[in-house]
Amino acid sequence: MSGRDRTDGATRASSRPPTDHAGLEVPAPTPAFSAEQLGEVRRLQGLYPDRRAALLPVLHLAQETFGYISLEVERYVAGLFDLTPAHVHEVVTFYTMFFRAPKGRHVVAVCHNLSCHLAGAPAIVAHLQGRLGIHVGETTADGRVTLQSVECLCACEHAPMMQVDDRYEFGLTPEKVDRILEGLR
Amino acid sequence: MTAEKILTRNFERADSHTLTAYLETGGYTAWQKAQTLPPAAITEEVKQSNLRGLGGAGFPTGTKWSFIPKNHTGPVYLVINADEGEPGTFKDRYLLERDPHALIEGMLIAARAIRSATGFVYVRGEYVEPYRRFSTAVSEAYDAGYLGKGFDVVVHRGAGAYICGEETGLISSLEGKKGWPKLKPPFPAIKGAFGAPTIVNNVETICHVPHIITRGAGWFASLGTKTQGGTRMYSVSGRVRRPGVYEASVAITLRRLIDELADGVTGNGRLKAVVPGGASAAILRADEIDVTMDVDGLRNAGTMAGSAGVIVMDETVSIPEALMVVARFYAHESCGQCTPCRESTGWIYKMVRRIVEGRGRKDDLDTILDVARRGAGTTICAFYDGAVGPYISYIEKFRGEFEALIDGAGARVVATPASRAATAHA
Repeated sequence: MSGRDRTDGATRASSRPPTDHAGLEVPAPTPAFSAEQLGEVRRLQGLYPDRRAALLPVLHLAQETFGYISLEVERYVAGLFDLTPAHVHEVVTFYTMFFRAPKGRHVVAVCHNLSCHLAGAPAIVAHLQGRLGIHVGETTADGRVTLQSVECLCACEHAPMMQVDDRYEFGLTPEKVDRILEGLR
Repeated sequence: MTAEKILTRNFERADSHTLTAYLETGGYTAWQKAQTLPPAAITEEVKQSNLRGLGGAGFPTGTKWSFIPKNHTGPVYLVINADEGEPGTFKDRYLLERDPHALIEGMLIAARAIRSATGFVYVRGEYVEPYRRFSTAVSEAYDAGYLGKGFDVVVHRGAGAYICGEETGLISSLEGKKGWPKLKPPFPAIKGAFGAPTIVNNVETICHVPHIITRGAGWFASLGTKTQGGTRMYSVSGRVRRPGVYEASVAITLRRLIDELADGVTGNGRLKAVVPGGASAAILRADEIDVTMDVDGLRNAGTMAGSAGVIVMDETVSIPEALMVVARFYAHESCGQCTPCRESTGWIYKMVRRIVEGRGRKDDLDTILDVARRGAGTTICAFYDGAVGPYISYIEKFRGEFEALIDGAGARVVATPASRAATAHA
């Protein structure tokens, strides 16, 4: 899975870190959790025989807080665990749910595996690409929606289906997709 | 053959996920009974019931539990695999959302059998609602005093990786690492999570345990075949009139499952092929569905029961296109640890795709079969063997369809708008 993150490519290209007049990257402010969140980090670390096991939960928290997992966030999280940034990077890049570049305010992930394919997922993906004016893997220019095409989300009885942020949306038709998109601000 | 509903008996109740509803339907009485039994007696009862793992491997559950070293004095962990991800499978989602206390009660009993004080439930990252439902049930169970008195449960969210459903990949992931499977031996029962003896069981498997304790191993065994007891939950999708989850005996035939429970084939109404046990199971032709769905029945038919994800295809479905979709999945989800899997899944996807897109070459099919056969059995985990099942069976059973595309290369172009990102690496 390393290096196979669907959020690579166009998303990253369209959202490079800010640069100064000489084209050098402006250092991002150091990310930091609030005192309350640090308490949550310690609680999570205490749930496991080895506190490093809380890395995935803490990365989820980091993504909710900072929007995506930048290299700076990786370094910051590594510090909370006494892990090397390289270890955290290896983990972040392995899983599909961690974004390494800014994502849209909403993430729309269409299942393209077999049952959804048989039920017309390619047409749903094509419809979404047309409506949003972007390709799979990209984010709309206004930062509203990131579009993904993903492997089985295990709701095949409702194919074709997709995940919109935390929600599963079932039995998609172009009309239903349009209604869902209208609800995303 | 619509056997008595056991796991799904409460699914119709709108409040089936609550502790109140669970207690009203006899919940936690099996746990009361199990507390009067010595741990070894619980394991023996589960052995006698012929309960077999329902996540995919079909290993006898009681036997697995008995592998925990008897003289071990340190911690022992019970890990629940709720990383449902096998394409075509959605049963555990129902159990987590609609009967979470059945899983908790099963865990309490299993933990007593293996002398574990801590259980981890690894829920796939995308299952946000099932995670919330199950976490709420865990809180209820703590408040009611079922948990926290000698046994604790930690609910852990994954982050998107099919391989974490493989039990040692799951353990790596649970430990805070990328989900790379581990070489066995040592098996998890000897050295698993955090270096301690660990039992990894599927959600559905553990949900059966309270019923076995309450009603007895003999009753459970009698529901199935000589070598596998009970019912199981079949996820049926694809071209059927009523896709959904159906509970039935492990001895039901695939034909009855499709025709009676799922109400028959749609599309042009004529069956072409069925995947009987999740994407990793070898495909069956329409004339091969008079088989029973138990582990050994499907093994004898050259495929596997797997996770009981049944995907139905009517005659209008292109088998090469179906294989392309499945091959894309394996190429994307290979964890990259073992060379045969990492390389073959990518190359085979490219070859199947070019065949479907009308750019196939004469020797592509034999090359795919050769690569598939050479790699089988050479990797750390079963992922690649699972990919080889579809590669070989789709091509061997429907070779004519592939050859027609190759012979007519250039004549047919199939749009695959979704495949851009997935092919970037291949």
